[in-house]
Amino acid sequence: MTGADGSTAYVERTSDGEKFQGWHILSALLENKPGVLFRVTNLFRARNFNIESITVGSTEKTDLSRMTITFNGDERTLDQLVKQLRKLIDVVEVKVLDTNRTVYRELALIKMKAAEPTARMEIVNFASIFRANILDIGNDTITVELTGTPDKIDAFKRLVEHFGILQLARTGVSALSRGGEL
Amino acid sequence: MIGSKALVTALEREGVEYVFGLPGGANLPIYDALVDANFRHVLVRHEQSASHMADGYARIKRKAGVCFATSGPGATNIITGLATAYADSSPVLAVTGQVAVAMIGKDAFQETDIIGVANPCTKYSFQPRSARDIPETVKKAFYIAESGRPGPVLIDIPKDVQQASAEMTFPDLIKVRGYSPIVDPDLSQLGKAAEILLTAQRPIIMSGGGVILSGAFSELQALAELLMAPVVTTFKGKGSFPENHALAMGPIGMHGHAEANKMILEADCILAVGARFSDRSVGRYDEFGRGMNIIHLDVDPAEIGKNKLVDVAVIGDVKSSLRTLFKMLSKAIIKKDLDNPWLKRRKELIDYYSETIKDYSRELTARKALKKLREILPSESIVTTEVGQCQMWASLHFDVISPGTFFSSTGLGTMGFGFPASIGAKAARPEVSVVDIAGDGSFNMTENSLAVSVLDELPVIVFLMNNYMLGMVAQWQRAFYNRRYMGVHQHNCPDYVKIAQAYGAEGIKVQSLPELEQAIRSALKMEVATVIDISIDPEEDVYPFVVPGTGLKDMVTGS
Repeated sequence: MTGADGSTAYVERTSDGEKFQGWHILSALLENKPGVLFRVTNLFRARNFNIESITVGSTEKTDLSRMTITFNGDERTLDQLVKQLRKLIDVVEVKVLDTNRTVYRELALIKMKAAEPTARMEIVNFASIFRANILDIGNDTITVELTGTPDKIDAFKRLVEHFGILQLARTGVSALSRGGEL
Repeated sequence: MIGSKALVTALEREGVEYVFGLPGGANLPIYDALVDANFRHVLVRHEQSASHMADGYARIKRKAGVCFATSGPGATNIITGLATAYADSSPVLAVTGQVAVAMIGKDAFQETDIIGVANPCTKYSFQPRSARDIPETVKKAFYIAESGRPGPVLIDIPKDVQQASAEMTFPDLIKVRGYSPIVDPDLSQLGKAAEILLTAQRPIIMSGGGVILSGAFSELQALAELLMAPVVTTFKGKGSFPENHALAMGPIGMHGHAEANKMILEADCILAVGARFSDRSVGRYDEFGRGMNIIHLDVDPAEIGKNKLVDVAVIGDVKSSLRTLFKMLSKAIIKKDLDNPWLKRRKELIDYYSETIKDYSRELTARKALKKLREILPSESIVTTEVGQCQMWASLHFDVISPGTFFSSTGLGTMGFGFPASIGAKAARPEVSVVDIAGDGSFNMTENSLAVSVLDELPVIVFLMNNYMLGMVAQWQRAFYNRRYMGVHQHNCPDYVKIAQAYGAEGIKVQSLPELEQAIRSALKMEVATVIDISIDPEEDVYPFVVPGTGLKDMVTGS
């Protein structure tokens, strides 16, 4: 496995790396300058990496952006993804985060049909159970804001699906390692 | 100082001797600055050739070769050359003109988003937006192109940036955050590799292009002799090991040497050095190396496990890895006997296949022509090839004796590469003869570089094996499409002797072996480019052949 410390370990031939499917979070620091996002996304396309989500934004340092990538795949593909990312000159650092020692969150905005008073009550109830915020109420719609792990957002989505989801926007995952680990 | 002057000064400071290029509207300021440059500019007749010349120069000099083009079509014309250099890890620096910053994104005349176009086929690209950035950009471009796993780099300079004045500082040292090639190999990994090699009964070395890029010829030879391990190469690695050596077996792969393809299947341990397990070299990934220990030395971490999972990987400059491995093993190994069964097997296979694979009975075949060339050509001469049958025949029938004197477009397989690249190679090493082993289909693509060869006094020999056919395609149509030929006939057009003469070069038509011998001898004395037009049979096939999608064990020998 590729060491999160940037070591040059690799998937060994004897490992079951190819078979083991998993959900992975990668955190990368990129040069904060024009064209970098293009280079990274073009790499995904050119090398056939099927990415689940990408978020990019500013960091504690003005000249670096942080990209968080989530991806479903086997260890060997993960290993290649990390190595190919590291190979990009504008990628300063890539880490595979251990999901048990990482805080990660996604934000979702969900607009639902809510014309019936009972539906409105129910949605408000679900929102409060999920600690979601009601952002907007119209004559026939309610829009909520929900933050959590992707699983939590999936669960909420399943719960409210029968009301009729009109629009949904998810941001993708942002993540940082727990404790003092950098 | 203005931007274009800063560019030229920065190139001079890098020790550039040659720039291959063609001017246009968006790089006129650069061409104005070139008037006072202390290096030579070679005017090409098509930008594609400029990029191949820079590539050929780079491969022989083992330093970045430089090419210039204008914006738009000039820039897109060098893309084939950049993709070729990228596939073969060659340090080419391309400098393109771009429309003025204010015009970018407006679909201006001769505007192309060349940074976007070049992205997948360059190691990195720059577009300085301020003249002040040019010196540092050039320094970084050379550093990135030449270090680690080399590759092409593009600098795209908007015209107003070329013209703008600024206070310039030329850095001697630069750092690129996010780029730090690993040079020194990990000793514990090398220890594991040494352990495996010590217990191997039938070790084989698979030497790739990385050995040539790293210049690790003597290190490779020393280790091979210590281990008494036969050496096969990839096609890119051809010439990384003297092919007349008692351990040499030549290239493996789709059109590899039969004995090499067979031998590697019988090994119990493969030491792959600077090789990337390409499909053309190893056939099916899943079959290759099954039941054997594979050790992989490479400078690029991303090559480890990309195509083939291995047992031990050592990341670092292969020269350094080989040297350390030698030190570790030399204490433990008592010199092995040349008479051991594994080396006897090598001899047996070579003898068997030299009997089995027969040449065609005609007097003049590609094989006989190339053997004749080898016989006459001094071993230090540089040889490159076009792409197709001529290239595979060169791989099979032309032994490279002096390491590092052979190169070809192996990864991308770019037709039209060989001739301009040979001119670049001549610029890099003018004291030796340079030969382009060519076919008519490929040579046709960039033959206008004859003008460059003649006018810039960079004479090379075009060893044109002419069947007036896109021969490799025709061979596949014979083999897989029931001889339904489509789009392969060149219908005796053009007359290559007249083409050569039209550019002021020499052309010699050859129909027999004695004529060929005479032609080679007189071409070697010639001070001008010479095209030796050798008539060969359009039905002559390349064998052996590992059909795509099969493994090395399924090799067809054609007899």
